[in-house]
Amino acid sequence: MAEQQFYHALKVNNDLCFGCTHCMNVCPTGAIRIRDGKASIRKNWCIDCGDCMKACPVDAFYIEQDDFDKIYHFKYRVALVPAVMIGQFPSNISESEIFSVMRELGFTHVFQTEHTVDVIHELMLEEARSATDKPLISSFCPAVVRLIQVKFPSLVDQIMHVKPPIDTSAIFFRKKLQDEGIPDEDIGLFYVTPCAAKIAIVKSPVKDRPSPVNGVINMDFLYNKVLHGIKNRSGSSTRSPGDNLPNLGPKHISWSLTNGEAPYMKGRCLAIDEIHNVIDFLERVENDEIQDVDFLELRACDESCAGGVLVVGNRFLTAERLRKRAQLFKDIHGMPDDLVPYRDYMKSRVTVETPEPRSMLMLDTDTGVALQKMEQVRKFMCYLPGIDCGACGSPNCLSLARDIVQREAQLSSCVFIQRTMEKHRKLHGDHAIRIIEKTWGKDRLDKDCTKIGAKDEGS
Amino acid sequence: MEFRYEIEGGNFSRAGHASSAVKKILKQLNVDNKVIKRVVVALYEGEVNVVAHAEKGSMMVDIDEQRIRIRIEDSGPGIPDIDLAMQAGFSTASAAVREMGFGAGMGLPNMKKNTDQMHVTSEVGKGTQVEMITWFRQ
Repeated sequence: MAEQQFYHALKVNNDLCFGCTHCMNVCPTGAIRIRDGKASIRKNWCIDCGDCMKACPVDAFYIEQDDFDKIYHFKYRVALVPAVMIGQFPSNISESEIFSVMRELGFTHVFQTEHTVDVIHELMLEEARSATDKPLISSFCPAVVRLIQVKFPSLVDQIMHVKPPIDTSAIFFRKKLQDEGIPDEDIGLFYVTPCAAKIAIVKSPVKDRPSPVNGVINMDFLYNKVLHGIKNRSGSSTRSPGDNLPNLGPKHISWSLTNGEAPYMKGRCLAIDEIHNVIDFLERVENDEIQDVDFLELRACDESCAGGVLVVGNRFLTAERLRKRAQLFKDIHGMPDDLVPYRDYMKSRVTVETPEPRSMLMLDTDTGVALQKMEQVRKFMCYLPGIDCGACGSPNCLSLARDIVQREAQLSSCVFIQRTMEKHRKLHGDHAIRIIEKTWGKDRLDKDCTKIGAKDEGS
Repeated sequence: MEFRYEIEGGNFSRAGHASSAVKKILKQLNVDNKVIKRVVVALYEGEVNVVAHAEKGSMMVDIDEQRIRIRIEDSGPGIPDIDLAMQAGFSTASAAVREMGFGAGMGLPNMKKNTDQMHVTSEVGKGTQVEMITWFRQ
């Protein structure tokens, strides 16, 4: 089943991870286990939502990015910046200031990711007109697309077939620069990402087509660099923000926020953000409980991209700043002028195939074997306490039962089962400690006064 | 393998719990998505019928390698004319129930459409029993 795995940018730093249960408990797909005292992510189950990273008390999760110096491999260094990057700065720092400093940092061009939203919007309206299977689900948020693949495989056909703005804008700006006479190999396009899921699209290009993006820079990294640049300078930047910065309209500015897409679609449209809300709603869609809804805008993060794990600013303030900006430019409508001649070029290049279902729920591909395994799971559940403490290294008792059946854990991994076994003299105390150390790491139960909350915390 | 779920009459907020649970089971058994969808639609309709009309009911699910057999039983008013109830659009639902988005008269017809075999028996004043079978491979 695991022939081809998802690419993941989300990684665990084993030097920092000390083995606790925070990430495991919040993971919406139950993709994390604790083994040998460290969190390990099941690659086929992880959807890159970043909830683990948000929950980690010791910042042991990180998102792999390209080395910033990689931009100097190219003569023309293009930064592709989403609106939320601007939104997180305090309001006394202007957009042109931010873009000027980015050019000081080494980029020759700074472009906005939402520049091509009108092309996406037109394709979405066209697809909605001919679709029979409703509600259609937006393909904007890659974490949601993956969630549907692994947890709601019956809904993959309802995901729209349009690439997200990061891809479409990269295709457009690359073509535009080529048409200005710049050789393709001299163009280095770098996407400034607010989350882990969007990196995954860049790094796992579809079929034989290479990704139009050359590298990824984490938004928190660039935010620090830009803010540092602004704070350590007297007066304003001498560098112009660049001549290719048309003011985008309200649709573009708010596209990545909650209710960014829904108001622009036809019929009954709903916008839902935050992964658990999304899961709850998809559960109902799958049961056919939801009638007469035409379009669903689903976003994995609370406050959509403003709540991305790499967005430094407070998500509510970020969204507020962008909404104010959208209001300011409320009279700007329609496609940016430079995009108009490329409408047909773009439309023929920014559609995607239906993502394949990759159910992580099945116990076995063979229904007969799966049935046997399920009987075993139910039998183990008679013995497991149902406390869902996570001390076995699996997120809850049912997960442990499934892990046992799949030969990835043992019944004695449960600390309560251990006590019962000790009572009936079927397990020696030393052995029980060895089992716990296998999950939580050697000497994990020794006295340690430097842990968070203890006497010598942090020393 | 057998499963049993109780259904509470009149509690619309819980309607869908049993069908959700069965859906989760079928996903784990790698049953085809299209088959799951049909089963769940039929189950949900059946569940809502009990919630809307009966005092209480239960759903018995029996799954083997080939098929799923579901038996829904309720203690309720019963159906005087089953053939009439099977017609699309026929409904006895009150205005209040219709306002909640239920009672369009598509329950039993929809269930029949989404199962391979369906058999309804009923006794007025006592209750209704629906038995449905769906095969995993067509």
